[in-house]
Amino acid sequence: MAVRKPPITTREYWAPGHAACAGCGCAIVMRLATKAFSEAMEEKYGDPDAFAIAHATGCMEVVSAVFPYTAWKAPWIHVAFENAAAAASGVEAAWKKLGYKGKILAFAGDGGTADIGLQALSGMLERRHNVVYIMYDNEAYMNTGIQRSSSTPYGAWTTTSPPGKYSIGEDKPKKWVALIAAAHMVPYVATASIADPYDFYRKVKKAAKVDGPAFIQVQGTCVPGWRVPPEKSVEVARLAIETGVWPLFEIENGDFRNIKFQRFPKDGKFKKPIEEYLKLQGRFKHLLKNPEAIQQLKEQIKEMWKVLGKEVELP
Amino acid sequence: MVKKVVSGNYAAAYAAKHARVEVVAAYPITPQTSIIEKIAEFIANGESDIQYVPVESEHSAMAACIGASATGARAFTATSAQGLALMHEMLHWASGARLPIVMVDVNRAMAPPWSVWDDQTDSLAQRDTGWMQFYAENNQEVYDGVLMAFKVAEHKDVQLPAMIIESAFILSHTYAIVDMPPQEEIDEFLPPRKPLYTLTDFDNPIAVGALATPADYYEFRYKIAKAMEKAKEVIKEVGKEFGERFGRDYSQMIELYKTEDADIVFMGMGSLMGTVKEAVDVLRREGYKVGAAKVRWFRPFPSEELYELAKNVQGIAVLDRNFSFGQEGILFNEAKGVLYNTDAKPIMKDYIVGIGGRDFTVEDVKKIANDMLKIVESGKLDEEVDWFHLKR
Repeated sequence: MAVRKPPITTREYWAPGHAACAGCGCAIVMRLATKAFSEAMEEKYGDPDAFAIAHATGCMEVVSAVFPYTAWKAPWIHVAFENAAAAASGVEAAWKKLGYKGKILAFAGDGGTADIGLQALSGMLERRHNVVYIMYDNEAYMNTGIQRSSSTPYGAWTTTSPPGKYSIGEDKPKKWVALIAAAHMVPYVATASIADPYDFYRKVKKAAKVDGPAFIQVQGTCVPGWRVPPEKSVEVARLAIETGVWPLFEIENGDFRNIKFQRFPKDGKFKKPIEEYLKLQGRFKHLLKNPEAIQQLKEQIKEMWKVLGKEVELP
Repeated sequence: MVKKVVSGNYAAAYAAKHARVEVVAAYPITPQTSIIEKIAEFIANGESDIQYVPVESEHSAMAACIGASATGARAFTATSAQGLALMHEMLHWASGARLPIVMVDVNRAMAPPWSVWDDQTDSLAQRDTGWMQFYAENNQEVYDGVLMAFKVAEHKDVQLPAMIIESAFILSHTYAIVDMPPQEEIDEFLPPRKPLYTLTDFDNPIAVGALATPADYYEFRYKIAKAMEKAKEVIKEVGKEFGERFGRDYSQMIELYKTEDADIVFMGMGSLMGTVKEAVDVLRREGYKVGAAKVRWFRPFPSEELYELAKNVQGIAVLDRNFSFGQEGILFNEAKGVLYNTDAKPIMKDYIVGIGGRDFTVEDVKKIANDMLKIVESGKLDEEVDWFHLKR
């Protein structure tokens, strides 16, 4: 009897025993991404292990490697906060020089990518290193205790954007690093979500198989940072897609005119209101009492879609 | 033996090439730039197949070197002053991760005021980063230093990065004859790197840069301290071997020049010691019993050699082309500290010279000799720190 190949490989590179929170969305990112990467390496080079990981300081770094243990079943290096891309560049250069086949995988959070690591990321992309850079976006500095980053969405509570008499919480629109990455005209840029693991899996594989750099911005829920119950981690991420808050797209070679979208409503009308997404999360609790701010957030989301070439309607 | 007339920077670039460096990640900064320009030229001409990563900052230069070195490659970079300061975080990382990266730092004054001229404060401010530091007196020592640094750094009991330091313009852009041994002989002296761990062992993957709790961090630091101690032995062995193979002996971490019967000794580092040696010759002809002690390796610090010197002289004039604000010249401070718990108690005075590229001449050394002799004869130290060139 023919055995059907599982849609996601049974190989594991992210071992249990790591110290991530229950319900951590970014831990899902680590597990899925390495699985997809290994499958791509197997398909492309005949060797599922043909990769190494460079990791920025952040939640997933801290929880995965506490001496003398490691959750990683692949060669792994952590070189500070702002330079996963630069460290990966060096690993890749040595990889090439020493004659190894395969590709380098880099992980960094939104702080390590959108803020302190943006320069190193730009350099890595521009120099066309053979690296897939995955930005696990939990939308604030969660490892240091929930401080706002430039990837924190408008209106969110964080410890450095607290709502108050004179504050609605975070008062700047979210910065979309995927668009900045795409402007480097690299072979492959995508966004993804833990709520659509098959889509994420496919995108990581595609990124891993292109020659040259690729960038994926994947939303991963932070249970304590978003103030959601652990069991709602995936549900809240799904709502981000369904309400239009989190776009799923692919941009190849910087071709902004031919962006491919996933799970985008054909008529451009999102069925679920963003309030459904917001009300599940303690970080937006104060916002529900502020219709003006919610309207503002909706306008920003529409603007973001407009940049992507889509007119949308939000209920 | 090929003799080439090259600048200090070109000497560094040739040494990197002859050391068969595998990855270079670097960023331009005056007066370092011609090192990486030359390396880029080697690659463009097909003289070398170094993987060159033209990074977007010095911080990324060191991060990329760390990545390359952890992967198993022989990695090299070069920088200067502001660039070195920008790298600072990564310098700790390179030594903490026990990676034998070699870097040339062209000593340049820190801004502001803006300056591109010689000053040792940039590199000395990195003294606690766990890097070995070698101060070159001339272009030949830049070349030899890079070759030796790889051998010392990659020694299985050392596994620490090393910095070869040369003076802005005085060496970096000044041409002199440099002896370059045949490549086969260099290859024998410096065989390919044999890393203890790499990021390419897929059967036993390693994790580099893990978190260590207070239960373990302490021991990691102790191991670096021991490796630095061990490096002293390795430096001497490698320096001796270098001498036997190529005729230039570096078995001493402090080079002594006419110190046997000297009453006072000038002690310093880097290119200014060339001037000092010449001044010693002049002073000797005039009947002064003076000598020079050139500290080649500042890290690890040659404490034992300093003690052996200090117990036989009456006075040491320390020449610091650097300064630690709120304290004194850095070499002076270190040397005093080394001697405190010993029976060697020469009178020591700190002369702050040449900072920011201020010219330092044979005449200056003569003035210092006279000042120091007066102090030694009277037994009275007028002041510990003398801002020697100050416009008064």
